[in-house]
Amino acid sequence: MAVVATTEPGARPARAGRRASIPGWVGTVPFLAYVGVFLLLPTGIVIVDALKNPSGAWQFSSVTELGNPLVRTYFIGSLKLCLISSVIGAVFGAILAYAVASGNPDGVVRRLYLAASGVLAQFGGITLAFAFLTLLGPVGLLAHASWFYDFPWGIALIYAYFEIPLMVLVFMPAIDGLKVQWREASENLGASAWQYWRHVGGPLLAPAFIGSTLLLFANALSAFATIEAWESQIAYIVPQQISISLSSEVGLSNINYADVLALGMMVMVAIIMTGYALLQRRASRWLR
Amino acid sequence: MAAVTSLGESSLDRPAERPRGMQARRRRRLNLFRYLVFTVFGLFFILPLLAMTRFSLEGRTLGTWSLTAWKQIVSYSFPDLPPLLPAIEITLELAVISCVIVLVLLVPTMVWIRLRVQWLSRIFEFLCLLPLTIPAIILVVGLAPIYNFIRHYELSALMLFWAYVILALPYAYRALSAGLNAIDVPTLSEAARSLGASWFTVITRVIVPNMWQSILNATVLTSALVLGEFTIAYLLLYTNLQVELFSISRNTPNASVIFSTSVASLMFAFALLLILSFAGRRRQRGRG
Repeated sequence: MAVVATTEPGARPARAGRRASIPGWVGTVPFLAYVGVFLLLPTGIVIVDALKNPSGAWQFSSVTELGNPLVRTYFIGSLKLCLISSVIGAVFGAILAYAVASGNPDGVVRRLYLAASGVLAQFGGITLAFAFLTLLGPVGLLAHASWFYDFPWGIALIYAYFEIPLMVLVFMPAIDGLKVQWREASENLGASAWQYWRHVGGPLLAPAFIGSTLLLFANALSAFATIEAWESQIAYIVPQQISISLSSEVGLSNINYADVLALGMMVMVAIIMTGYALLQRRASRWLR
Repeated sequence: MAAVTSLGESSLDRPAERPRGMQARRRRRLNLFRYLVFTVFGLFFILPLLAMTRFSLEGRTLGTWSLTAWKQIVSYSFPDLPPLLPAIEITLELAVISCVIVLVLLVPTMVWIRLRVQWLSRIFEFLCLLPLTIPAIILVVGLAPIYNFIRHYELSALMLFWAYVILALPYAYRALSAGLNAIDVPTLSEAARSLGASWFTVITRVIVPNMWQSILNATVLTSALVLGEFTIAYLLLYTNLQVELFSISRNTPNASVIFSTSVASLMFAFALLLILSFAGRRRQRGRG
């Protein structure tokens, strides 16, 4: 016993003293400082300013402005757009993901679709609104669609363009996790394709599917660039209203309007992402 | 007699043959479904891009072809707007700076946490994934006061990297942590340390070469994000590529240079991801 105790520190005599004086967490200080200043501090500023009035005094009643009918229309607009685009994105994205996953795992098609999905899921933004403008807008090549500037369907179609690739990316691991043996087992027991999906595949994929839909919902909720390039004159959704109130003083002048809206959105996204995390954990029980 | 034996043989054969027949039919149906899906989704994804490309090649009169818009990428300027080329340069510089900072911040910290302060890993992961819950449009509200402070010292749009590093954290973290999971960090670094390597040497010459692929991955994801970023730059009143494209489109709708630049930046990002995907395959093969 005593021998062990003396040989342990004796193995690295130079280190022993230093390790006692400098705790290990010191090595993470640069990272923590960076995240503290540029992530936690801004978040704190949003929360605190939402509960203050512009002159700096506490004013908890600001939050009740979220119930204001005008403000509510932006939140309802956001919910409509996100619900439509995330459901469209999830359903079609799942179909595409299944088609890609059922092919050769090392094939060109899969590689191409995954790389393209990576770009298209990230690269929404301004470019996307331009692309659809040239296809379906007032001067569009394919059609001069009269509904192009309709909210929410016109913009939901454009949102689907980045929601579907995102679904492919997040849902693919779940489909890859479906074991061939499960399919073979159910076929050997005489199950039809429908029965397999109804009783085996569907229930296994359900948590991953709902979780991915939630992620798509949060993604649509926070998207701003595309809708701003699509229509910057009229505000339909919360991010546009945040933008307006950040760049002008017009609005409800007795509260920090942008901060209150941002706080409202933050709560929504936090709830959705918590649901996503819980469902992912549930899904990973089978799919590994 | 002959009829009986042949009947008997076929009835014996049939149970063995039937599943194979069903499999083949199912396989055919699946392939039909796959090609249908690929065609439909391929069209949905490619048509807007083709339309945008066509617009970028539009000549002076409608229906003609010309390369003017592509040449304008380097020369475009409009009386009331900053010229296009500096905006492109600043975006590329931002991409490089953000990638470097992300790697310098994350790689040593992640290695350190794995080796010395395991108990921090949960908090670390939470902090890295937090920006997914606090999207750019919310973050920017809290960043506004911080950037007011930064502007006292430095006006350049390059200062956007502070925020971009935060936006890239979740993606870079996932890529890097996949790479670190694949190697045995404690053993490698203990071996190197016992041979007298400093911590700097351990990270740069032992750990980093072993996780080259995931570092490349993190770099590409970060650059793609920076190239397409609009929200933060726009709302903090900086000019990057996307903001510039947006203001050109507001000034002269359908200016063909916005389409040529958009197509060029999209192709750039797509090429990056495709190269990455094939580089990954070669390395895996070389190792296997």
